[in-house]
Amino acid sequence: MIPEIGHFALIISLCLAVILTLVPAWGAWRGNSVAMALAPSLSVGLLVFVGISFACLSTAFLQDDFSVKLVASHSNSLLPPIYKFAAVWGNHEGSLLLWLLILSLWTAAVAVFSSQLPLLVLSRVLSVMGGIGVGFLAFSLFTSNPFARLLPGTPVDGSDLNPLLQDPGLIIHPPLLYMGYVGFSVAFAFAIAALMGGRLDASWARWSRPWTNIAWAFLSLGIMLGSWWAYYELGWGGWWFWDPVENASFMPWLAGTALIHSLAATEKRGLFKSWTVLLAIFAFSLSLLGTFLVRSGVLTSVHAFATDPARGLFILIFLAIVVGGSLTLYAFRAPAVSSRVSFGWVSRESLLLWNNVVFLVATITVLFGTLFPLMVDALGQGKISVGPPYFNAVFVPLMALLVPFMGAGPISRWKRDTVSRWRGELVIPAAVAVVCGFTLPLLQAPYNIWVALAVLMSSWLFIGLARDVLQKVRTPAGPLRGWRRLTPGYCGMVIAHLGFAACVTGVVATSQYSVEHDLKMRPGDVRDLAGYDFRFIDVMQVRGPNFVAEEARFEVTRDGVPVAIMMPQKRRYLATGSVMTEAAIDAGLFRDLYVAMGEPVGSGGAWAMRLHYKPMVRWMWLGAILMAAGAFTAALDKRYRRQRATSPAETVAHGV
Amino acid sequence: MHPVRKQRLYLVLFMVLFSSAAIALMVYALRGNINLFYPPSDVAAGEAPIGRPIRVGGMVVADSLRRSETSLEITFELTDYEATVPVTYTGILPDLFDEGQGAVASGELNAQGVLEATEILAKHDENYMPPEVADALENSGYDYKGNAQ
Repeated sequence: MIPEIGHFALIISLCLAVILTLVPAWGAWRGNSVAMALAPSLSVGLLVFVGISFACLSTAFLQDDFSVKLVASHSNSLLPPIYKFAAVWGNHEGSLLLWLLILSLWTAAVAVFSSQLPLLVLSRVLSVMGGIGVGFLAFSLFTSNPFARLLPGTPVDGSDLNPLLQDPGLIIHPPLLYMGYVGFSVAFAFAIAALMGGRLDASWARWSRPWTNIAWAFLSLGIMLGSWWAYYELGWGGWWFWDPVENASFMPWLAGTALIHSLAATEKRGLFKSWTVLLAIFAFSLSLLGTFLVRSGVLTSVHAFATDPARGLFILIFLAIVVGGSLTLYAFRAPAVSSRVSFGWVSRESLLLWNNVVFLVATITVLFGTLFPLMVDALGQGKISVGPPYFNAVFVPLMALLVPFMGAGPISRWKRDTVSRWRGELVIPAAVAVVCGFTLPLLQAPYNIWVALAVLMSSWLFIGLARDVLQKVRTPAGPLRGWRRLTPGYCGMVIAHLGFAACVTGVVATSQYSVEHDLKMRPGDVRDLAGYDFRFIDVMQVRGPNFVAEEARFEVTRDGVPVAIMMPQKRRYLATGSVMTEAAIDAGLFRDLYVAMGEPVGSGGAWAMRLHYKPMVRWMWLGAILMAAGAFTAALDKRYRRQRATSPAETVAHGV
Repeated sequence: MHPVRKQRLYLVLFMVLFSSAAIALMVYALRGNINLFYPPSDVAAGEAPIGRPIRVGGMVVADSLRRSETSLEITFELTDYEATVPVTYTGILPDLFDEGQGAVASGELNAQGVLEATEILAKHDENYMPPEVADALENSGYDYKGNAQ
């Protein structure tokens, strides 16, 4: 019964979404304020019914209702309850329902927190979001119904969740990633609403900014968790593979980064208006493209579930409508909203422009590398793959081009600045950065030129920011007063930029200094790795809730001092018989030790073992967390609330 | 010219130059890093280049897996049921690698026709087959169990 209620709720949601798309938009067109005023309550209603549907599916999973096809093929009675819940989105249909839940959550959030927004704008925004909802609800109901039953022929037990996905990282990785993906739909909806109304001003940018920041922050966290999960769960010790699915989440992030920065210029100076709108369209289209790539099964990846072609076609058509429709609207309306403001070449605007150019080119190179194999295949030229060397070769130089200017960003002034002032401000950070770049890599022999460059860049950012903060804090009334005067917007920028610096350091240090050995070891063997002695003690049989495992024990010492006992596992899951590696990681701020078991080889209890020494790998994820924290902080800025409240309410007659 | 227009002109010129440089970099990076897929029958027919990075995918032949006693060297054979390709690999195999299952090996072909693999990809779950392998099997006219279709 419960699955049927869920299915029914999903059908009602589709009806509500159709009404939400049509009625407020009609109201905005005809100037009917009653129709427009329906939008917020319809959005909340949409959330309620999608929520009911999601709750029903979760109940089916938690109660082991194996008559539901989805539960039977992705859960098992032995699965711990938390993974039964996570299994809801560990499959195609369920993850789509999660996507819908998050979309309706964002829609309702816009409806609730934007009550100060002019009704005309709000109704247009919600109607656009309703339209996106219609697309995905139809997709869910017509091609991937999560509530399909297996009647008759209900299995006694389910065939279990893919063991790779039975992991705490998976419980939160998809929700966070989707919060980011879908969050860009808000920026998109604001952009479309502005194009419809033909009005694009500072208040539009001020409304979009906090939403974009929050979406971007969630996306950063989602990508970071994905990378962390790959690191400890896949058992290879890698953290980024330039896998098409990783790229699918990374492209909206890159476009979103450009969007955040160009929104700053649009809000403060009324510049780059049509460009910002285009970026908002671009960021959301890339989110949809990511969904298409992941959900259509055209790619070889962990995320590609066995799917049927109808789904890929559906998303492709939807993508074409969204991208085609919004670009057509843009082509007609962009001239009306373009800006007529000039700025000096030496100014904050040109630095933001540089940021945009670099991030956009980065997005395009990643997009190209991801789609190139598909294009070649479609043209019948064979099946190729574009590997990490391509992405590293184009992406790393681009980021290196970014950092020198990024250091100048915080101290630069709007509109017009002078080279001599920049020189005065930046000579100290530059000098300190050069000293750091030369000396800090000396701590680790041999001297590595790439690490030196990375340290040079990140200390350039760090010192520049630290100096700027200290100068801003220094007031006649004392430093405490100065600290309180810093706005959340400024603090967020500082935190996020520091996060970027930490990321650069972590990525380069771990790529350059990592030591990785695949070895054959017998119990009692000792191997030395980067100054640590790994003693392989023995292998024992252990049993988990739904798996049996062979667990190796390693005693790690450094110069005779015990460092850690590490216990990697090789698990065999009972329901499917599939084998999984569970790596043992001794984590630290400056180094991770990583041990994973291969397979038994040869005689005498010997195993293939993977030993890794990974310096500063945590910095990368720490940096991503800082970037997200910065974006959240910036979204808290009072001016987004205060000025919204005092901005003159747009009348209905005004914008039509 | 109006100063705003002039600025816009410079911006457009700059962007054209910068994008051209980026495209040049992309093409250059792409040239060395494209990795073409060959089904085993193409390799056996001598269509695959020697000493260049390629990928070969198919089913792992049952009882073909051999391990070295002293190192982590492994040899096995990949088949599309028309031809087989011997593969050597040193390292740890992915969890879901097994005889009778689909796998993709990337590496270089040596003069003896043996693929010296640097990376082995296996499928990620029970019901999933790498699309390349599925296609290769379809072209050879066999299903994944080796039955003629």
